[in-house]
Amino acid sequence: MAAKIFRRFGRASFPALIQRSFHSTRPVAGTMLTVRDALNAAIDEEMEREEKVFLLGEEVAQYDGAYKVSRGLWKKWGDKRVIDTPITEMGFAGLAVGAAMAGLRPICEFMTFNFSMQAIDHVINSAAKTYYMSAGEVPVPIVFRGPNGSAAGVAAQHSQCFAAWYSHCPGLKVISPYSSEDCKGLLKSAIRDNNPVVFLENELMYGTAFDMSDEAMSKDFTIPIGKAKIEKEGNHITIVSHSRYVGISLDAAKELEQAGINAEVINLRTVRPLDEESIVKSVMKTNNLITVEGGWPQCGIGSEICARIIESPAFNYLDSPVVRVTGADVPMPYAKTLELNAVPQAHNIVNTVKKVLNVQ
Amino acid sequence: MAKNIKILSFFPILRRCMFLSRPSVIRNHEWQARCLSSKSQNPASLLDDDERPQFPGSRSKFTNTLSFIQPEMYDGIPVYRVMNREGKCLNEDENPNLDKDTVMKMYENMTLLNTMDRILYESQRQGRISFYMTNYGEEGTHIGSAAGLHPHDLVFGQYREAGVLLYRGFSLDEFMNQVYSNSLDSAKGKQMPIHYGSVEHRFYTISSPLATQMPHASGAAYAFKRAQNGQCVICYFGDGAASEGDAHAAFNFAATLECPIIFFCRNNGYAISTPTHEQYRGDGIAARGPGYGMATVRVDGNDVFAVYNCVKAAREMCLRENKPVLIEAMTYRIGHHSTSDDSSAYRSVDEVSYWDKQDHPISRLRGYMKIKGWWNEKKEKEWMKQSRKMVMESFGRAEKVLKPSPSELLTDVYDEMPEHLKRQNEQLKRHLDQYGEHYNLDIFKPIK
Repeated sequence: MAAKIFRRFGRASFPALIQRSFHSTRPVAGTMLTVRDALNAAIDEEMEREEKVFLLGEEVAQYDGAYKVSRGLWKKWGDKRVIDTPITEMGFAGLAVGAAMAGLRPICEFMTFNFSMQAIDHVINSAAKTYYMSAGEVPVPIVFRGPNGSAAGVAAQHSQCFAAWYSHCPGLKVISPYSSEDCKGLLKSAIRDNNPVVFLENELMYGTAFDMSDEAMSKDFTIPIGKAKIEKEGNHITIVSHSRYVGISLDAAKELEQAGINAEVINLRTVRPLDEESIVKSVMKTNNLITVEGGWPQCGIGSEICARIIESPAFNYLDSPVVRVTGADVPMPYAKTLELNAVPQAHNIVNTVKKVLNVQ
Repeated sequence: MAKNIKILSFFPILRRCMFLSRPSVIRNHEWQARCLSSKSQNPASLLDDDERPQFPGSRSKFTNTLSFIQPEMYDGIPVYRVMNREGKCLNEDENPNLDKDTVMKMYENMTLLNTMDRILYESQRQGRISFYMTNYGEEGTHIGSAAGLHPHDLVFGQYREAGVLLYRGFSLDEFMNQVYSNSLDSAKGKQMPIHYGSVEHRFYTISSPLATQMPHASGAAYAFKRAQNGQCVICYFGDGAASEGDAHAAFNFAATLECPIIFFCRNNGYAISTPTHEQYRGDGIAARGPGYGMATVRVDGNDVFAVYNCVKAAREMCLRENKPVLIEAMTYRIGHHSTSDDSSAYRSVDEVSYWDKQDHPISRLRGYMKIKGWWNEKKEKEWMKQSRKMVMESFGRAEKVLKPSPSELLTDVYDEMPEHLKRQNEQLKRHLDQYGEHYNLDIFKPIK
């Protein structure tokens, strides 16, 4: 398996490979489904369920999607439901918002969220704020989705994490899933939600397969937006993360077990609204907290969690300061080793936990 | 080195190239892979003629002489008009021959708009409202276009189309309530003055960033096309807004997706202080239409019948062919850009006075009505008095209405109010219960 991946993806496969050999799926009987296929299934099922749902973006139709997430959808649903757009994020995001205002339910794909910056006025000013500005008269039931955060070897302008940027804005819901189950259930909820939703996927996770229970494979499987999941229970320290870094945190937690440290790993799933209650409950149990994210440190998700914990009753339960593990405060470099070290790795998390717990 | 090249398979290179040079790599791959698909541009399907080039991107002929198309080569797209400045019809075939009631409605709305503008501009100067934008000189574009549409057609405005709303039946009270941001405002005081919106009148809430309404309008038109509901969309924008990237995207999308939309450009000569000769160098906005593959016309915006004819014909074309139409209405912005502007800083008072006196849409229509024998000085005086009274009474009512409840601050962020905002509302209630007398609560509706 590893050799096959290596041949197909070359050097780019290193992060994914390391992930796969460390990460162990829960021993539950069920199907294995990649993140990509989970997203594909979610879009397909929602298009079947509701005629107004349609997908638009660059390369989504005839090319089967830049990352093959929409594979087979154009063949099945045709030009009316899956639309290839000209190269203008500003244009097709605006068009999608207009279509949503007029009663349709678009899924607007950005090839990566880095390109959403060219359309960010439409995401914030046109989508997020319109319900408020029209005092509830004009809902905008739109989903903006696409890969977010670092990929492999695509450098500064293709590797930024937008979780903090979008979760800043009232009027938006922002989801950052980790596993296939997260992706399927949350994308379905996002499409059914009447508010504008930003759905932040991760390119490096697309090929990763996860166990899916029978319930998760069903057509009506949804996960509520705004609820975090405890991926691993523990009682020494809480590690809160989102997206791909949940996997890295789980790897770190495994390593920590060998040192006798039992970490609790929380998968945020949604960054806006943030499931403050789950984090508070966990901190009140473990008394220590670190956050892990791929984005930059200043004004990041970790900063927000830290502030909220300090303002909550959990503050009185902390035995140590909250520490954030984040991406390096630099634009993403290109060189392989630099890139690898610009984002949190398992050993960074392990070292931080040990420091916080004052363990050698 | 060679070993590395072998390992790096085709797929990752393509992916990386896609980021670095998106258009060309994709097109090559696409063309090779899709020779057989229905969307391909198979050369054999084009005319088999030595004179005709076979390029997928063009449909013209060859030429053997080098010659650049110079922008000054032709005189510019002509301006269509029906009446002259005195209101006399120049070509009776083009006279829409609207009945007296319709023409009276048009005139009354144009003048009522003008009167409302004067009073509300003054009210801003007196500190009663915070902001206002007048429509002086552009009444013809508003009323002419509104009259040419069907009441169900969707309107996306920029900010200087109040006459369209007025013509559709938005009452004076509703205008006043919005600019006063009081509790009867349908937007519950959440928008700046003149950012009107009315679902009932099919007029989308005005959005401040320029030209963002243009791709929205294309998207809505696309939704209508799918629904096949016999409605079209009209999107208003100014000569300045047409420079925005959004305008390009909207035009291109409407044309490629074949949407039933009328793009209506109000070319009034100025974008705040930027005159058109600094805004663009080409032949206005109309010249861009054919560039996108859109049917285009340029019209005298101060001639309400010409505007009416254009919009009516454009609407029929849109719905019949599911194609966008571009109308550029030439007019002049007689007023300042807004109450935050003083246009004497960048244009002469003489220039403004010229347009006000020599070529005003209201006087031209009045001229027509006088020729028809439907209007005279006495009626004019009476109507001026009556319309002013209507506006002043509405104004007086709106001033007295209470402002919205402070709880409205927290509503409509999402379809369901999130817990943390519900808690904040409770905190607000408790705070005001205890300390209410220190606040000017009388002018607000109570907390919910």
